[in-house]
Amino acid sequence: MTSTALRGRAWKLLEMATTPLLPSDYLDLVSPLRAGADLRGRIEAVHPETGDAATVVIRPGRGWRGHTAGQYVRIGVDVDGVRLWRAYSITSPTNRQDGRVTITVKAIPDGKVSNHLVRRAKPGTLIQLDQPTGDFVLPQVKPAKVFYLTAGSGITPVMGMLRDGEFDDVVMVHCAPRPQDVIFRDELHDLVADGKLRLVEVHTDTDGVLDIARLGDLVPDWAERETWACGPAGLLDAAEEHWTEHGVRERLHTERFRPGVVVAGDGGGEVTFSATGRTVDADGATPLLDVGEEAGVLMPSGCRMGICFGCVTPLKAGAVRDLRTGEITEAEPGVLIQTCVSAAAGPCDIER
Amino acid sequence: MTAIDPTAHLTAEQIEELGRELDAIRDEVIADRGEKDAAYIRKVISAQRKLELVSRGVLLFSIFPPAWLLGTAGLSVAKIMDNMEIGHNVLHGQWDWMRDPKIHSTTWEWDHVSPSEQWKHSHNELHHTYTNVIGKDNDLGYGIMRVDEDQKWYPFHLGQPLWNFINACFFEYGIAAYDLELGKNLHKRRRKDPEFRARARAVGRKIRKQVLKDYVIHPLLSGPSFLNTLAATFTANLVRNLWSHSVIMCGHFPEGVQVFERRSIKGETRGQWYLRQMMGSANISGSKAMHFMTGNLSHQIEHHLFPDLPSNRYAEVAVKVRALFEKYELEYVTGPLPKQVASAWRKVFRLSLPNKRPEARTPDREQELVAA
Repeated sequence: MTSTALRGRAWKLLEMATTPLLPSDYLDLVSPLRAGADLRGRIEAVHPETGDAATVVIRPGRGWRGHTAGQYVRIGVDVDGVRLWRAYSITSPTNRQDGRVTITVKAIPDGKVSNHLVRRAKPGTLIQLDQPTGDFVLPQVKPAKVFYLTAGSGITPVMGMLRDGEFDDVVMVHCAPRPQDVIFRDELHDLVADGKLRLVEVHTDTDGVLDIARLGDLVPDWAERETWACGPAGLLDAAEEHWTEHGVRERLHTERFRPGVVVAGDGGGEVTFSATGRTVDADGATPLLDVGEEAGVLMPSGCRMGICFGCVTPLKAGAVRDLRTGEITEAEPGVLIQTCVSAAAGPCDIER
Repeated sequence: MTAIDPTAHLTAEQIEELGRELDAIRDEVIADRGEKDAAYIRKVISAQRKLELVSRGVLLFSIFPPAWLLGTAGLSVAKIMDNMEIGHNVLHGQWDWMRDPKIHSTTWEWDHVSPSEQWKHSHNELHHTYTNVIGKDNDLGYGIMRVDEDQKWYPFHLGQPLWNFINACFFEYGIAAYDLELGKNLHKRRRKDPEFRARARAVGRKIRKQVLKDYVIHPLLSGPSFLNTLAATFTANLVRNLWSHSVIMCGHFPEGVQVFERRSIKGETRGQWYLRQMMGSANISGSKAMHFMTGNLSHQIEHHLFPDLPSNRYAEVAVKVRALFEKYELEYVTGPLPKQVASAWRKVFRLSLPNKRPEARTPDREQELVAA
C-alpha cells in the first residue's frame, strides 16, 4: 500500500473518531495556519501610511500560493462579530523574504471593513483569506515604457508592481487631494531620487481634477506607453474613452474597485431564502447578496461587483433586476443569478 | 388546562401593546449584538472541544478507576455542552448573524443520533410555531404521554411513567424517532413513502456513525481498557440523555403551564403569539453554571419569545421579560430544577389515569379535541 493510501485510511479512522466533527476542527484549535487548513492569515502589524490609510502585514497560512504583482486578495474580517469579505490589492513584492504579504487599506466614509482595518485591527487577529487573483498584472515580457495612472487608493496595486521589479522607463501620474494624502509618498520620492521613476503628483484640492484631454502636457509620450490605470470610476471611464479615441485602447489596463453604473429599480419585494428558511423584505436597489447576508443567510460571495461569478445562486421563483443594466431575469429551471449585482424585482425565491 | 383563562383580564389592545414591548426588548439586543457575543460562542465551542479531547484522552486509560471517573465526568459535560449550549442554539440560528460558515444553522452537526436537518424541522418549525397547541405540537408528551387534562386518555397512557423513564434514558433515540414521526409513519401505507425512507436512512447513517465512534473506535483505541471505555461512553451518553430530558421536561410540562386548542391560534396576532409563548413555557431558576449547563433553556420563556437571540443574552432579557409579566399580571412559572422536575413527573403520573374533563366547554371544542 502506498503511503498516500495509508494516510488516507488513517485520516478516515480519525474522522470516525471525531464525527460529527472533522479532525481539522480540532487541529484548527492549535494550528489554524497549517497546510491543509482553510486558508487563513494572521495580522502581524498595522502601519499607518496617511491619516486614513494603513498597511496591514499578514502572515498567510501554509496553503498560500503566492501572488503576481498587481493582484488582489479577498479577505474575510470579523467586524463587530460579523464576517465581512472585501478585496484589497497586495502591496508587498512577490519575493518578500519573510513570506508575509501586505495590503494597504484606505478608510472610506462608512466603510465597515476599511475603517476597522485602518483604525481598530489588532496584531494577532486571525482573518480568512482567498488565494490572490486578478488580471491587472504585469506581463511576462517587460514592456520598454510604462505609464501608471492612479488616484487615491488606486495606487495600491501599482505599488505592488513598482516594488516588484525595475523598469527602464516608468512614468507615474498620481492624483490625491493634498500632498499628505499621497499613500507611499516617501517611498515614491526615494524612487524618483534614485532616478527609477518619473512622478507627477496632481493635488486635486489645489490643482483641480485631472483633465484627461490634457494628459499629453504631463506625459507627452503617453500613447506609446503600456499603461496601468486604477482609481475611481470617473477617471477610468475617461481614460478608456481617451485611449480608445487615440486608437491605443489595447495598451490600457484598468482595475476597478466598485461596480459600474447602478440602476435602481422601483419595487423590490419579499425575498425568500428557501434553503435557510428566511423571508425578508428587500428594496429594488440593494443587491440580494447584501439582503441575504443581512438576514444571516450563508451567501457565497466574490468580487461583489459582478465580475468573478463567485456568488452565483439559483433563482427558484420570481424575478430580479441586474443593477448594472436594469435587465430583468425571471426564474426558470437552471437560471443562476449573480447576487452581488442583482436586486429583487418583485417577490423572489433564492436557493440559499 | 385550568378552567379559568389566566389571560382573560387582558384586552386585545393590551395584548398588542405587550407585543410591541417585547419587540422592543428584542430590537435592543439585536442592535447591541456584536464582538463580545461572537467571542463568547467561540470560547464555548473551543472549551467544549478541548474538554472532549482531554476526556477521551484520559479514557484511553480508563482501566484505572480515577481515570474512568474523570474521563466519564468530562465526557458527560462535553456532550451536554455540545447538545445544549452549542448544538441546540446554533441550530436555532442564534449565531447565523456572524456569517461564519463554521458556526451556522445550515452547516452545523451535533453529537446526537438525530441528524440536525430533521431536528431543525420538527423542533424549530413545528414545536416553536405551534407551542403547546394540542394536536399540533407533538412536544406535548412526544406522542407517547398525556401531559394535559385536555389530551384524550387511552389505556396505553397507564404505562406512561415507565415510557417516560425509558425515553429519558435513551432520549437521543427518542428524539430521532420523534423527528422521523415514527408513530405516524410506521403505518403500512406510509412506510413505503420515499421521502420517509430517505429520512430514515439518514437517521440510520447518523446512528451508525455515532455508535461506531462511541462504542467501537474509542474503546478499541483504549486497548486493554476496551470494556471500561465502552462503559464510560455509555455512561456519558446516559448522563447527557437524563440531563437533557429533565431540562426539557421542565420547559413545558410543570404545573401552571397552559396549553391551547387548535381553534385559538387561527388568525393569531403577533401579540397573541407572544402571549401563548409566555403562558406555555416554564423556567428553571439557579446559578450561572446551572443556566449554562441547560444551554440557557432554563430561560425557556425567553427562549420561546426570542428563539433566535444568542443564548448568552437570555439572562439579561429575563429581567425585562419578568417585569412585563408583573406589569400585565401574568404568572411567570419558574422554580429550582428539582422542584420543576418533580412537578413534571407528578403530572406524568397523575395523567396516566383518566380524568374528568373540565366543564364549561362548548360542544365545538369537544369535537376539536377528538379530532386532535
